[in-house]
Amino acid sequence: MLLSMEHLRKEYPNGKVAVDDFNLQVGRGEFIAFIGTSGSGKTTTMRMINRMLKQTSGTIKINDKDISKMDPVKLRRSIGYVIQNIGLMPHMTIQENIEMVPKLLGWSKEKRAEQAHKMIELAQLPDEMLKRYPGELSGGQQQRIGVVRALAADQEIILMDEPFGALDPITRESLQDLVKHLQEDLGKTFIFVTHDMDEALHLATKVVIMSQGKQVQVDTPENILRHPANEFVTNLIGEERLIRAQPNILSVSQIMLKNPVSITPDKTVDDAIDLMHDRRVDTLLVTDDDGTLQGYVDLEDINRITDAHTTVSDFTNRQVFFVKADSLIGDTVDRILKQGVKNVPVVDQDKHLVGIVTRTALVDIVYDALRGAPEADETPASPINADIHAAATHDEGGDSQQ
Amino acid sequence: MMHFLATYGTQLISKTGQHLYISAAALALGVIVAVPLGILLTRMKHGANFVITLAGVLQTIPAMALLAIMIPIFGIGSTPAIVALFIYSLLPILRNTYLGMQGVSPTVRDAAKGMGMTWWQMMIQAEIPLAAPVIMAGIRLSATYVIAWATLASYIGAGGLGDFIFNGLNLYRSDLILGGSIPVILLALIVDYLLGKVETAVTPRQLR
Repeated sequence: MLLSMEHLRKEYPNGKVAVDDFNLQVGRGEFIAFIGTSGSGKTTTMRMINRMLKQTSGTIKINDKDISKMDPVKLRRSIGYVIQNIGLMPHMTIQENIEMVPKLLGWSKEKRAEQAHKMIELAQLPDEMLKRYPGELSGGQQQRIGVVRALAADQEIILMDEPFGALDPITRESLQDLVKHLQEDLGKTFIFVTHDMDEALHLATKVVIMSQGKQVQVDTPENILRHPANEFVTNLIGEERLIRAQPNILSVSQIMLKNPVSITPDKTVDDAIDLMHDRRVDTLLVTDDDGTLQGYVDLEDINRITDAHTTVSDFTNRQVFFVKADSLIGDTVDRILKQGVKNVPVVDQDKHLVGIVTRTALVDIVYDALRGAPEADETPASPINADIHAAATHDEGGDSQQ
Repeated sequence: MMHFLATYGTQLISKTGQHLYISAAALALGVIVAVPLGILLTRMKHGANFVITLAGVLQTIPAMALLAIMIPIFGIGSTPAIVALFIYSLLPILRNTYLGMQGVSPTVRDAAKGMGMTWWQMMIQAEIPLAAPVIMAGIRLSATYVIAWATLASYIGAGGLGDFIFNGLNLYRSDLILGGSIPVILLALIVDYLLGKVETAVTPRQLR
């Protein structure tokens, strides 16, 4: 573990307990978001990592080394630090600001300058800006510098204390993209304190929800949305967000219709027409004997065949758009809508056909997202209709309505 | 005017020199003591108010009385004058240093410490440069006071331009009074102007 925090406790002399029995293991490249109401101890916990505060008891280890046995100054130089009010030195140029920690570490002038150019590029700001002073930059630009300054000495762990709290929503979003990029592409490890739930859910690989100095829930954003630990977490996330997040946490398998109508390639056109007639559908999915998706046949195609003994394999459309059962609906909906297809086969990891998503099911999802579902329903699409409109495209929508 | 300069020219130059020496020595001592003390006060939880009030009380002692008190301790001459003026110079420098250091944003301090600066590095690279304009303003104010009050040093035998003024008062000679006062005023203005230049120079470009 890159960073491990065990039984951390912070008690102030006046007896107020700010943090109580905090435990967390952080792996390399993770993005941890501490979230909670004010006074929940999230900032206190973060500040113990670079020894800006000293814990009353408990241990913090970085790469298995107990930080309380390290020189605090050296420790801090090895950890990036970004704070809400940016904290650039107003009397230093941008370049001097970026070079601060490298200079403290005794890097040569050339190496420092080179790094400053690299960092300003990383911040996606023009090189000329190095000569300017912080006061000449906008708040968003300043915080971009604040972020890359924290990386300038190649720090592995970066602590961020509500870094984007004071920025407008658009600027905030572009900075979130910047740090996400730094985490994903450079493999930096972030410990991020925020009170913005959207920010936490968007950026974090692991969210630590805190209240009154205690950890309430520690999990991935998906799991927190799916299973909020208690009412506090539900309230913190917000009812609205839980509903809105539904397409993002439900997987395709939860809304697909099972048992789609399928046919094997060795059947004849006659068989195909019979099956379509029986099941009242105009499209059949073609699978081989072990259920692997091959393609589909359409009524229009069949219509053009004159020889009733032609096999299905001869006119199978092999260009078939399908989705995986475990992909998230949020990612899938857009793709389905963009393709303009009426329904989409769902396959498992081995490309075995397991179900189908119809546009009717998508209607339910969009409806719930906009109107708000009364209950986080497990299967928004009604399974009762499964047999009737499996693989079906009743264009009029007749019996696809309950 | 020409007659005055012809008669007292050399004397004027040496008295101005004495005056400058007393003032500069007192001011230098003031800076050496008050700036570190002011910084120290910002690091202390208690006591800052007490020390600043004490310096304020010292300031209220009438100049003549303070000079008189110095005689039994330091005798007569420039030493007691320098010590007395030094005491007067303390308050403006002390208070401005304290306020200047207090005025450094806690964010900057937090960032500097969090990025791994030692106590000294924080002082030299962050806090003092940022507080410098306010500290300089205090030094400038003290300099003007000290130059003006150094006139009284003549009373305890320290010399300086005050000699002209006291002689003029005793002899009912207005030319001597003016001959002492005008150079003091000019001296104060020039020093204030020069220190103003220094103040601008130490102010970070972005904060001007």
